[in-house]
Amino acid sequence: MCSLALFPSPPLSGQVTLFEANNELVCGSSAECSEKQQWTAPSLYFSRETLKPHSRPESSSKAAFLDHRDTLWMRSAGAWRDAGLAGLLDEITNSSEEVPKWLTLSSGCVLALLRWMSSFHCSLFPHLTLSGEDMVAEFSQVLSWSDSPIRSFAWHPHTDRFAVALLDDSIKIYNSRSAITPTLKHRLQRSVSAMQWKPLCASTLAVACHTCLLIWHVDPNSLSTRPSSGCAQVLSHPGHSPVTSIAWSPSGSLLVSASPVDTAMMVWNVAAEICVPLQRVGGGGVTNLSWSPDGSRLLAATPSALFRVWETTMWTCERWPCLKGRCQEDPRLLLVADLSVTSFTEPEGEIIIGGEVQSLAWDPTGERLAVLLKGNTESVNHSAIIAVFKTRSSPIFELLPCGFVKGEARAEPRLMHFQPHFQHGALLTVCWSNGRISHVPFYFVAVGKPCTTGSPPLPHFTSKTEDYSEVDAVSGVVAQDAGTLRLQSGSCSPGFQYRPLNEVSSDGPHEDH
Amino acid sequence: MFSFNQNCWFIRKVVRWRGVASIMWSVLLLPPIISLLIFLIRFSVFHPTNWISGYLGLLTEVSTLFSVFLLCAAVIFLAFFNLQYYTVVPSIPCSRVALLAEVLHLRQCIHSLVHCAVGMLIMWCVCVMSGGRYRTLQSPCARSESDGVDVCLNEYHMFMLLAGAFMGYSYSLMGVVQNVHYVSFQIIQQYKYMRFKGSAWGLLKCSAVQSLYFVRNYVILYFLLGHVPRTWISNILNLRVDSSVHSLDSFGGLCDVSLVYQLWISGTFLLLTWNLNVLLFRIYVTEPYRFLVQSSFAEDAEECLPKVLTEKNSLVLKFLALQDLALLSQNSPSRRQEVFSLSQPGGHPHNWNAISKECVSMLNELTQRLIAHHDTVASNGRAKPPSERSDSGSGSSSSSADGGGVFGTVMSGAEEVLQTPHRNDLIRTPGSVFGSAVRTVNSPMTAPFTPDLPVSFSSPALRPLFSPHVGQRPWLGSVQSPHVTRRNPKLWSTSPDSRTNGSSPPSPGPAPQPAGEPKPSFLSQWIQNRKEQVKGFFAKRVLVVYLFNKLPEASSQALFADSQAHIWALEGLSHLVSVSFSEDKYGVVQTTLPSILCCMLSLQEAVDRHFKLPHASSKPPKTWSSVGDSTYKTLRFALRASLKTSIYRITSTFREHLHAVSVPAEHQKRLQQFLEYKE
Repeated sequence: MCSLALFPSPPLSGQVTLFEANNELVCGSSAECSEKQQWTAPSLYFSRETLKPHSRPESSSKAAFLDHRDTLWMRSAGAWRDAGLAGLLDEITNSSEEVPKWLTLSSGCVLALLRWMSSFHCSLFPHLTLSGEDMVAEFSQVLSWSDSPIRSFAWHPHTDRFAVALLDDSIKIYNSRSAITPTLKHRLQRSVSAMQWKPLCASTLAVACHTCLLIWHVDPNSLSTRPSSGCAQVLSHPGHSPVTSIAWSPSGSLLVSASPVDTAMMVWNVAAEICVPLQRVGGGGVTNLSWSPDGSRLLAATPSALFRVWETTMWTCERWPCLKGRCQEDPRLLLVADLSVTSFTEPEGEIIIGGEVQSLAWDPTGERLAVLLKGNTESVNHSAIIAVFKTRSSPIFELLPCGFVKGEARAEPRLMHFQPHFQHGALLTVCWSNGRISHVPFYFVAVGKPCTTGSPPLPHFTSKTEDYSEVDAVSGVVAQDAGTLRLQSGSCSPGFQYRPLNEVSSDGPHEDH
Repeated sequence: MFSFNQNCWFIRKVVRWRGVASIMWSVLLLPPIISLLIFLIRFSVFHPTNWISGYLGLLTEVSTLFSVFLLCAAVIFLAFFNLQYYTVVPSIPCSRVALLAEVLHLRQCIHSLVHCAVGMLIMWCVCVMSGGRYRTLQSPCARSESDGVDVCLNEYHMFMLLAGAFMGYSYSLMGVVQNVHYVSFQIIQQYKYMRFKGSAWGLLKCSAVQSLYFVRNYVILYFLLGHVPRTWISNILNLRVDSSVHSLDSFGGLCDVSLVYQLWISGTFLLLTWNLNVLLFRIYVTEPYRFLVQSSFAEDAEECLPKVLTEKNSLVLKFLALQDLALLSQNSPSRRQEVFSLSQPGGHPHNWNAISKECVSMLNELTQRLIAHHDTVASNGRAKPPSERSDSGSGSSSSSADGGGVFGTVMSGAEEVLQTPHRNDLIRTPGSVFGSAVRTVNSPMTAPFTPDLPVSFSSPALRPLFSPHVGQRPWLGSVQSPHVTRRNPKLWSTSPDSRTNGSSPPSPGPAPQPAGEPKPSFLSQWIQNRKEQVKGFFAKRVLVVYLFNKLPEASSQALFADSQAHIWALEGLSHLVSVSFSEDKYGVVQTTLPSILCCMLSLQEAVDRHFKLPHASSKPPKTWSSVGDSTYKTLRFALRASLKTSIYRITSTFREHLHAVSVPAEHQKRLQQFLEYKE
């Protein structure tokens, strides 16, 4: 059993984790950074001050400018367009002096009925009461998405290229080969919550936006720094917004998108703009998606205590009820890591590490597992930190401590990704709360080959489901063995579990280590 | 029904049963739909108890049972009748006049007529079931003037019957415009029940909306022309028109809300039964079929995948075989092993050779088609010397005696359609026998209508789902001359003779002119001038221009109309090649790798060229609710994307090993681009 207590103590304040060599993490002040890569990924810095978020609140200030002496018809039409049936009814109810009494009364009744029904619906699925921005912040992979200068990050699966989505709704693309950094902006590109490059393609980037999906085609040979919005393809479906998670199939042919509001997840053939909705009502929405690297399974997490594993030849799914799940998939094993609140005190300077897991990232060789631990915003000593484990999956699954990754002073990690094709081990890219993007290489010799010889292995993305009321229940469970980072499956039994996929029935054999 | 007689084993053994099963299901679903219909049609807010009791009473009546029986018979008949209209390759008219010709085609006329009749029958059943004022055609007059009881015409009944006929005709017409009988394949595989469940709600909504539009049109039409059928029917049946009640073609008569509501509900029912039938058929037919890769018994040999892929008579068989190939290459290692296996005595990779050869030849055929299209468009963009034009004019002068010829000439003025015969030859290059044969069929009437592709006016008749296709299909003879496969980019704009070295084009079109051509005589010069004048005259007429102007991007859509097959071929090939890196024990794939790469890269080049043409990369407007499947409109984008992905799949698997593969220099360069992820 691996616990955080076995970890080497975190670096001193003022020290920054630079790289891993000879099985230990090397720290230093940021100047003495000596990396031995052929292409040093640029360490970027986006200051929060330079980025202006769009001040476009949901209910805009349009009402202040509208002439309220419009005819009833005009106002009703406007209300219908803006807010649908409920808006129309509201408008009719409120303008009682212009419409006959029976109409006001009946629309008032219908409106009350609708509200009662929607409140009932929302009590079933509490996340539906959130507004659009809050919902994206809640379900995004980024820790405290709304004030993070970096909203999303994506490595290209095959080349040294990455895309960064910033607070001001623009996306910048960095390339190893050229100094040109194209900036992508689009009218519909608002509150970007996820990005992913299309596998087996050089130039296609899918962006999950507030109202739609944008597919950018960025010509790698182009010299333009500002591709026109004609390069973007807009995919939208009524009722399918905000989109918080997207996942390309590893073969590059399909794109799956999910929205916490929509109970259906969409399978897109992007080029032909055809979508097939896959509807399953339970769970009240889909928050996060992740393909297994061989493309045979797809994991879909929901806001409630439920997630599904889709099998992608006939698109049938299995329900996995759990307390709450964060999921990580391997072609052979499906490892369900449930969040476990673990809090313990490091002796050195009373630093508290542990707590809820924000996200997990597994490097493509399967040898390093980075866990982003949520901190406690109230306490000074308890900040978010990344814990890195060494993992081995054969002959048995093993977790060994590797160390903590720390950034500059007062910088919290917000988002992390492994580069999918690093030659000398693994390269972890971390986006910090002060707007810096740094790269931490882990130099080691991979024991196993990357999983398949077919398409290049893809990074394992983590999936996250949220908790609303169950924190207490879980911490109760966790209190009994504090000091353990526990990755657990749907059931509450302690320890590590993995199950082969052919034994996924809810009470199939579990293997505990 | 008719097409079931074909002696293709697949139609006999599989498609027939799938069709029958889909019809069975649509019949089984009919009773619940009918009971829902009666429930809704008897709807009344003010008498709920009457409504419910009337509903229950109607369900048990003999006349209802009889109507249900009749409805089932009608649905079965129509389903069998429609079987011959289903197609896996949509027909895309390139101009409005081609669309018009398609609508006026005999086949389509029969289709419309049958739908009219069946629509009327269904509406009659609905009238009988709903009872009340709709029940019979005759009704006792309200105020009889003479002593005996007079029989008057019940206009409500007639109104409903005519509505049925109108909706049947509109449905059939919409079928042509929206390609309702086009069977498209899903992007993901789902079980039939899940697919049905997923699309049932959309189907209902779409039927209701469509019915609303039809009702609107019908009411307007009846308001204007309603008196014509009324007097006609009353004269024929010797019934009197009751003058005491409002006639329905007046404003007051049509303001009857319950009438319009009932018309809408019954129209929805009518369309729903038909759409349901189409949906079920699509779901059943496109279900993947698992072909044997190889069989140890000789009698099964023709049912095996390598043999089936080369099938030319039944398109649905070919499509399903390609789909199966794409699926097996992705997710069934054991069947892939069979593909890579060697024959037992002899040790030849027959399976792989047959499969790869067929796929490559299909792709090459597409490349050639694109090149030909591009060349014609390019040559039409330029101004041509008059002598050449006169020559090309003489090509169609055989048909210029009738009106079609005139139109043809006009058309060439506006667009490039005069080139059609020549182009058709080009497209069917290897089978030049068919080139001439087809032209004799087409030329007198259809040549002017024929847009720039074979996928046009006469095509729907030639490309039903089951029937053998009549040598029209471009992939018929797909033996490629190596010259065409390894074209240089500069060949794009050269004269046509270098293009068609495989065949001797019998076309009198703008064929290369020998240098020592005698000067055109005075007479031909004069004819030429006249023709120019006529052309100029017609080109100015708005209607003619409207009819003959090509619809934007239609030619591009038509070029890629059957591209679903190419997409599967690309996916299947690329997956097989990339897994062969680890799974192919005997190195079977290595021998064909250069030709596959060449084929894909030259297709890539041709596709790139094509997308630089105007309208080729413009997207069609989105339509959310329509029964017709509009997926064919975006097939070319899907093909482009899957082509690129396929090449990347191969390059990312083989990486630097690809330098050892011998491909021509220009392909080598392109390959390098792919290896560096610069495409």
